[in-house]
Order: sequence, then structure tokens, then C-alpha cells
Amino acid sequence: MELLIKNGYVYDPINEINGEKMDIAVKDGKIVESVSSDAKVIDATNMLVMPGGVDIHSHIAGSKVNSGRILRPEDHYKDVKPRTAITRAEVGHTVPSTYTIGYRYARLGYTTVIEAASPPLKTRHTHEELNDIPLIDKSCYLVLDNNWIVLDYLSQGEIDKCAAFIGWIFKALKGYAIKIVNPGGVELWGWGKNVESLDDQVPPFDITPREIIRGLCKINKMLNLPHTIHLHTNNLGKPGNYRTTIETMDTVSDLADGKPNIHITHVQFCGYGGDSWITLRSGAPEIAKYVNNHNHVTIDLGQVVFGDATTMTGDGPFQFILQNLTGNKWKNADVEAEGSAGIVPYKYKRKNFVNAVQWTIGLELALLIKDPWRVFLTTDHPNAGTFMKYPRVITWLMSKVAREKVLNKINKRAKKRSTLPSIDREYTFYEIAIITRAATAKALNLANKGHLGVGADADIAIYNINPMEIDPSKEYKKVRRALKRAAYTIKGGEIIVKDGEIVKSFIGETFWVKPAIPEDLEKDMLREVSEKFKEYYTVSLENYIIGENELASSKPIAVKTNL
Amino acid sequence: MGEITLKPKVTFKVPIIAETITPDNFAGKPIEEIEKLEMWEGNRKTTLGDLFEAAGSSGEAPADTKIIIEGDVRKVRRIGYKMTDGQILIKGSVGMYLGEKMEGGKIIVEGDADSWVGAGMKGGQIEIKGNAGDYVGAPYRGDTKGMKKGTIIIHGNAGNEVGCWMRGGTIIVKGNAGLFPGIHMKKGTILVEGDCAGRCGAMMKGGKIAILGYVPSVLPSFTFEEIKKSFKVKGEKIKGPFYLFTGDLNENGAGKLYVSTEKNKHLQFYEKYLE
Repeated sequence: MELLIKNGYVYDPINEINGEKMDIAVKDGKIVESVSSDAKVIDATNMLVMPGGVDIHSHIAGSKVNSGRILRPEDHYKDVKPRTAITRAEVGHTVPSTYTIGYRYARLGYTTVIEAASPPLKTRHTHEELNDIPLIDKSCYLVLDNNWIVLDYLSQGEIDKCAAFIGWIFKALKGYAIKIVNPGGVELWGWGKNVESLDDQVPPFDITPREIIRGLCKINKMLNLPHTIHLHTNNLGKPGNYRTTIETMDTVSDLADGKPNIHITHVQFCGYGGDSWITLRSGAPEIAKYVNNHNHVTIDLGQVVFGDATTMTGDGPFQFILQNLTGNKWKNADVEAEGSAGIVPYKYKRKNFVNAVQWTIGLELALLIKDPWRVFLTTDHPNAGTFMKYPRVITWLMSKVAREKVLNKINKRAKKRSTLPSIDREYTFYEIAIITRAATAKALNLANKGHLGVGADADIAIYNINPMEIDPSKEYKKVRRALKRAAYTIKGGEIIVKDGEIVKSFIGETFWVKPAIPEDLEKDMLREVSEKFKEYYTVSLENYIIGENELASSKPIAVKTNL
Repeated sequence: MGEITLKPKVTFKVPIIAETITPDNFAGKPIEEIEKLEMWEGNRKTTLGDLFEAAGSSGEAPADTKIIIEGDVRKVRRIGYKMTDGQILIKGSVGMYLGEKMEGGKIIVEGDADSWVGAGMKGGQIEIKGNAGDYVGAPYRGDTKGMKKGTIIIHGNAGNEVGCWMRGGTIIVKGNAGLFPGIHMKKGTILVEGDCAGRCGAMMKGGKIAILGYVPSVLPSFTFEEIKKSFKVKGEKIKGPFYLFTGDLNENGAGKLYVSTEKNKHLQFYEKYLE
């Protein structure tokens, strides 16, 4: 099928196209130089054309998400949409059903989304759900930092074998990157404890969080994985934790070679200053200063949006603290030999001092970090708000007036302590295209995503606003409305959304990395691992492995390693 | 005052979602327009006129509109949804979610009511002459916003979890109540004039519960305070004497539980803690 998108204002930061009026030709799911005269023409005159959005961190699939659904029936009956001829019934708000997730991302113009944390043992469940999410391309990060076998190898200094094991796990479980969640702390949570600094010992393994992070960062490089390590810090959600965050970034600074080698995720949750909840302040200026001066770090925001949220993370001890603070219903779970998880429903309130400070932190980070290529837009869906609120966050970044309107409604003490009112920066459409698509695709090293150059996947979002005429700092409501419902979303050369409604539904690809590991090293490692497996796990190694046939639409990415 | 009478055309076999039957929706509308109001019969969209025979005329405002439903509507749910004023009289038994999120006005049921009477109610009055099902005044599953204001009077018996997540208002059960009255309760008053199946006030944080009849036991997470002579509901004094307990201590709660001493001789052992 051929498509020609005519006369749109194109924003394609990877190819340095900044609002140029041009045509885009699509053939067989790829972007091409030109098409024949039979091509279907989409008139994008006076419209905004961008590559399809790429979400780098969102909890969309897996046992944790599903537990959230079960925990929150009230989240479901308040947000219901009947089925249509093309779509199935939609249900759920902060933890929507699998189908709903696909449809709603597509309506926003997003076409690639990565599930942010899947413990290896639960990854079969993750893939079962990813298989059901329509329209978008997806993948998942594997939580590997509190894995007993990894910790065993790291503490014994057998980094080659550890790399071989992790490489094998990507092949066996079809994941995309190494996720680190409260390294050491989650393991200690199994003993009712947590770590408080990067140099605390994790007794059963005689290792520290710092050693885990450095070890995995080196392995990431040895395996030549497309994404960096994706890290959820220690001390998350505690006042004063911005210091831990900066220390964490700094601990791998000597391993960098000019390119980013660590991604700190949802920094809003680990950017708190002060010593207690009463003296809480934003630690964003300090973190932004560090990021501005060091190019080995990328971050995403985890921006708070006021309203309903469901916090869910692999950080079990943090969820315990949150439950103690809120008294809400909750779940906490242990994944044998691999980690933990917790879920607590939460509501962010404007008048609540802590929530209001949290809200300012995310925006300060985005506005104070100068290089948009290293700060990405997320709400850590559904932890700080649903992904459906991305247009709202975008307008806060694009318009000082929109920010001030909220600032006048939030807790007064929080407003007084924030530096946000003094920041005048407003994002342009070009920069928005960077933080939502181009930079995330680049950070994930997805060569065919996040841009509209020839050869790229034809994932395109078209919004019904004229970027040449509109003044987003004043008419932010118009921008928000347009971004909420894409005029067209094109996925793999097919029109899937028209005027904010789904017009076609199919299942997108699940991509995963397939590192090449030297055969004898893999054999050696597997012999040891299969022994450990019998000791550590209640499942057998054979049942642990996920076959490629279990993925609805598998797309392996072969990786040459330095092993 | 305008009166509108609704009569079911047939015996309903599948659930009917009738959140449009409220004085607010009927007020100021001619009968033809009322008949066009939307309803769901099972998974099929239909209109009020298809299911009910409507007669009479409505008042100008909700306040002077009275809806009378004659016949069996125990399959009909959500009558009086979010109503703010006026009256609904049901001469028979009614289905689930009667007066859900109601804000004002009055509903009288001459027969029985199913579960979730006055779910998340915010004001007004509901009177059930017969029995009520479970979750009187409770929010729907998973939610934590129960009844906030208003009064529910049940002349017969009520099921389990009366006043679950209650935040205010008054519930009076003249008959017996099932298990867990006042579970998760934060504020408000529950009076059970008959017996209670037990576990009163589990996880309550505040508010008052009084049981005038027999209670098998009081939860161990409640502490015995004293013997009180009387208990007040909406300014009316109810004579005891009562054993007064506070709890639920598992939740650091300060709810008050009054249990009749006369009907509960088996709780006499608490009196030794008085000295």
C-alpha cells in the first residue's frame, strides 16, 4: 500500500527538520523517496506532522499490572467505552485493559511503548499481555539487579559469565534492556530490610548497590545492548534522595566513553531535597546541574499529574512505606530469587504540600536540563498519572501561562519553595518532538523509529494544529485538544487513527535483543546456572525459557557482543 | 405537585438500568418526552416508553415532581440516580442501587429493596418498608467513598455490611442486620434495633454504631470503656443501658460501638474491667 502525506509541517529532529512544509511518501510500511500516482493522499495542509511517539517507560503489561487491575475495580467502572465495529470494549483508567492501552496510545499518536519492569520469572505473563495489546510496537525491560544468579556472579567477580548469563536471559526471555530497581534493597526486602546508601552491604551476597550498578553497567557495554542500563534508584520516594540519585549517576561516570551509559528513570520520585516530609523541597536544580555537566546520563521525568494514579513498582520496600503513609489498600509480593513488587492506589492532590512539590520537580527537571536529547517525557504510567495526560504535560512545558494557572491552584507553601515560577523557558514543537519521540528512539537505539527519514518505519502522527500560526504559550488549550486526538496515526504504513477514532486494529511487533554469546562460554555458564536453578527456583530451567512461538509477532534484534 | 405513574408493561426478565428515572429528569417534561428517556434492558438500548406505561404530568421543578412506580420492579436498577429533590414512591419491591449517589429528595419503597440501597448517597432520605439487601449506603466494589449525608430507614431486616465506608449521615435498621455493620466506617451513625450477626465496626475509624438487640460477640480489637445510659440518634434519645466500646484499634480507630446490656448477658464479663 502506498501513502502520500501532503503539505504538512514536519518536525523530525533526528533528520533536523524543523517545521518544514513537505510531503512524506510511504510504501510497504516504510518511508520512501517517492510513490506512484496511485498512492492514497492524506491532506495534511496546516497540520503538524511528527514521527509516531516512543514511550521509554510505561507499565503496560505483566503480572504487576494485572494485579493492579484486580485490586482496583473502582478504576474500571468509572471509565468505560462500548465496543465499536473495529475496537473491543474499553475499560479502565489508570490500569486499563490490554486493548484499551493500545487504542489510547494510538489515539495520542504513540506507536512504540516499552513495558518498564518485568521480573524474568514473570516475563511469560508480560509477553502474554503484550501479545494482546493492539496497534503499538512494544518490548519489555528485564529486572536483573536482584537476581540471585546475577548477584552470585557479580560478588564472585565472574563478570564474563555474568554477562553470558544476562545475554542468555535476553535470548531466553525476549527482553530488551537491563532494568535495575533499588539494587540490593529489593533483595534485602525479603529479609524485611532495605539499603540506605550505595555502600550498604547486601549480606547474603557480600555486595553493595554500587558494585551491582557498576557491574551491570560494564556488562551492558560488554553485551553491546541497544539501550543503557535503565535504573530506578535506591532510596526512592524519601526526602533528601536527590543526593543518592547524583551519586548513582556519578558512580558510572568513569565507565562512559562519550555516549550515555546510564538512564535514571522517573527522576521526579528520586529528586527530593530536604530532610523530612515537612522540610521537603525540590532537588531538581541540583540534578539538572549534574546532568547539564555530564553527558553520560539520560533521564525521564515521571511527571506528576494531579488526579488518580496507581503506584506499581518492583520496589517492594518503597510501596510498604507508601502504604504506611496513605493507609490505602495494597499488594506486596516476592518473586522468588529475583525481586519483589508492590501496588498502592494513590491520588495526587493540588492542595497537598508533598504532591504539589512533586508536581514542580518534574517540570523543573524538564525546563532546567538544557539538552532535550537527554530528558524524556513520561508520567511513569500509572505511577504519577496515566499516559493519557501526556498532552497536558506537554502544554505545561510549552506554556508558562499554563504552568502559572496550575501554580496558582497548588499548595501555597509548595509554590513558595519552588523555583518553577522563575523559569521562563518554553518548549517549542521541535523540542517536544525530541522529548517524546526522537530522543527516546535514539536512547533505545531503535534505528527505524522516531524519525521520518527514508527507510524508517512509517509510524507517523498527524495533529490538527497549525504550528506556524498557533502560539502555544497562549493557546495551550488548543494544543492540548489537538494532541489528545491525533488527526491521523499511521503505523507501519496503515492508517490506524482518523480524527481521534480507531479505524483499523492489528497486533504490532514485539522486539527483543539476541546477543551473540561465544558457544563454550555459554555452555560453561549454563552448566553452572542449571545447577543453581535447581537450588533457587521452584520452576525448571526448561519451563523458564519462552519460545519465540509464544510471541504474537516476534522481532529479534541481533547484537554483536564484545565477549 | 405533579405526579407521574409508571407501570411495567411486562414482567422484566433481564436487569434494567434505569438511572433516568429521577424527578430531575422528569421535571418540566411532557409525557411524550419522558417516554423517550433512554434505558438499558440487558445489553440492549431502549426507552422508558418501551418498558413502562407512563401517565400523569410532572411538576415544573424536581421539587414538585412525584414519581409513583406500581408493580414489580425488582429487576430495575439505579432508580433515583443522583436525584436532587422530589419524591419517588415504589409500590412494590425494587432492584439494586436504589438512590445511588442521591443528593436530596425522598424515596419510599413499600416492598423490599435489593443490595446497595443509597450507594454513596450524599443527601436526602430513603425509607424501605420491607427488607434491604447487602451494602446499604456502601460504595460500589473497590471504592472508598460511602454514604456522606442523609438518612436511610429500613423497617425490615438488612443484609451484610450496612454502612460500609460510611462518611456521614444516618442508617436506621428497625429489624436485624447481617455481618459487619459499619465496616471501614469513618463518620456517621448506624442504629440496629434488632439483632446483629456480629463483627460490628470491623476496621472502623470513627462514627457510632448502636445495637439494641443480641450480638454474638464484640471484636477483640475493640476496648471496653464504660456503661452508658443512653444513645442519641438525630437528636432522639434511645434508652440503654449500653456497653460502650471503642475501636477498631487495628486501624487506630476511635469509633464508638454501643451494645445493649440487657440483650447481651453473655458480655457481662466485660464489667469486671470497670474497676
